[in-house]
Amino acid sequence: MIQLDSLTFSYPNSQTLFKDFTWKIRQGESWAILGSSGCGKTTLLYLLAGLLQPAGGSVAIDGVPLARPRPRTGLILQDYGLLPWATVRENAELGLKVRNFYGADGVHSPHDYTPTRDVYPWLERLGISEIAAKYPAQISGGQRQRAGIARTLALSPDLLLMDEPFASLDALTREDLQNLTRELCAEGNITLVLVTHNIEEAAAMGENILVLGEPPNQRTRTFANPAVQRPGYRGSTAYLRLCRELRLELAHDPA
Amino acid sequence: MTRRDIGIASLGLLALWQLLAMLVARPILPTPVQVLGTFIEELQGDLPAHFMASLWRVVAGMLLSVITAVPAGLIIGSSRRLNRLFSPIIYLLYPVPKVVFVPIVMLFLGIGDLAKIVLIFLILFFQIVVLVRDQAAGLPSQLLQSLRSLGAGRRALFQFVYLPASLPAILTALRQSVGTAVAVLYVAELFATRLGLGYYIYYNGSTLLDYPAMYAGVLAMSLLGLGLYFSVDWLERRLCPWKFVQ
Repeated sequence: MIQLDSLTFSYPNSQTLFKDFTWKIRQGESWAILGSSGCGKTTLLYLLAGLLQPAGGSVAIDGVPLARPRPRTGLILQDYGLLPWATVRENAELGLKVRNFYGADGVHSPHDYTPTRDVYPWLERLGISEIAAKYPAQISGGQRQRAGIARTLALSPDLLLMDEPFASLDALTREDLQNLTRELCAEGNITLVLVTHNIEEAAAMGENILVLGEPPNQRTRTFANPAVQRPGYRGSTAYLRLCRELRLELAHDPA
Repeated sequence: MTRRDIGIASLGLLALWQLLAMLVARPILPTPVQVLGTFIEELQGDLPAHFMASLWRVVAGMLLSVITAVPAGLIIGSSRRLNRLFSPIIYLLYPVPKVVFVPIVMLFLGIGDLAKIVLIFLILFFQIVVLVRDQAAGLPSQLLQSLRSLGAGRRALFQFVYLPASLPAILTALRQSVGTAVAVLYVAELFATRLGLGYYIYYNGSTLLDYPAMYAGVLAMSLLGLGLYFSVDWLERRLCPWKFVQ
């Protein structure tokens, strides 16, 4: 479980993004964080990742206050963060290599970690085993993001954080990867927190949706979206209604 | 650019040389055939020893600069604070033509190999520091953040990101400065030494007035520069295969 308690955060010489912000995420839930640019959604994700520290309040995961990145949290960014000089396979192995580099020290990798470099099952599962020897520049955006996901899932995370992961993909590839991500999280009981500025994506990905507005964000505005798991949900009236509600919420922004 | 293109270009240049030599028709410009003959003769004589002396100085200077400039560039480039501290210093020193240090370095380090190696080191060091620093400072923060989120601390970032990212910069710096390094080596070898291609060229040209031998020396020095240039290319293909894929 992730617990944010009266969290306050601002960048130096800039307005407060979060003020007394409290939020709770249960294990296995999928959340979409929706908001326009500058609302602090990426910042919130980095706080969850332990890459930023709050000025006040706390972020705790399973009761442990977060002081640095946690080995069981996976972060996936929009531009994939693949190494241009490494092949798809080498990129997928990177997380494991970093773990092997430090060993099972409980800080950089979990205490019960046994060194491995076997990413092949993940390459298979993500449908990129055939391009394992190619470099990022040689493959499509969708394939690159698949490599990024394989790299992260190879570390068996229990929490997956995604920052606009599909924003630069074409519509069909995006939908494919959205579905695949939901499947993979369900298979592994992985908690998903996905940041997006796209209303349809939020409605298609989150069992719960957190809407951020003009900072400082103080109130937690959430929408329940329990039907998201149902097949064919994207075409349903419930989905369209939620999209409309979210659009209204973003537009008049009472925050 | 294929090997065939390079072959054709070489033949064209030789033909131009031949033509010029025939037009000038004086001993100070022998034909390529003459020079090649002398070059092959000289290979039985002292030329290889001079060549090896020069090669050793350049390669030692290159190695010394790589092993010092790469860590320096990486450390400066990966820390904003150090970058702010050192960049003005580098900015001032970088454009100083290092060849003017020839007499100064010789005053301090004497006339042996060390002075010549240090000169080459000085030229290459700044080139490599600047390119490696810019490469390290320019790494996308998304790349670094995603590695940090995978658990990478400073040491792992150096091993898995900064070091491999600096390889192309090192090779570019070497490629750009190999020519200058050989040129400065030539100047350095004019002073108080009896070994090296610079000495060989100068001695044959101005003391013995043996022009074909002088040109053979020029040829050897060109081959030295070309060989180093090609070696850097070859290394880049071996070490950075990702730069050559479609």
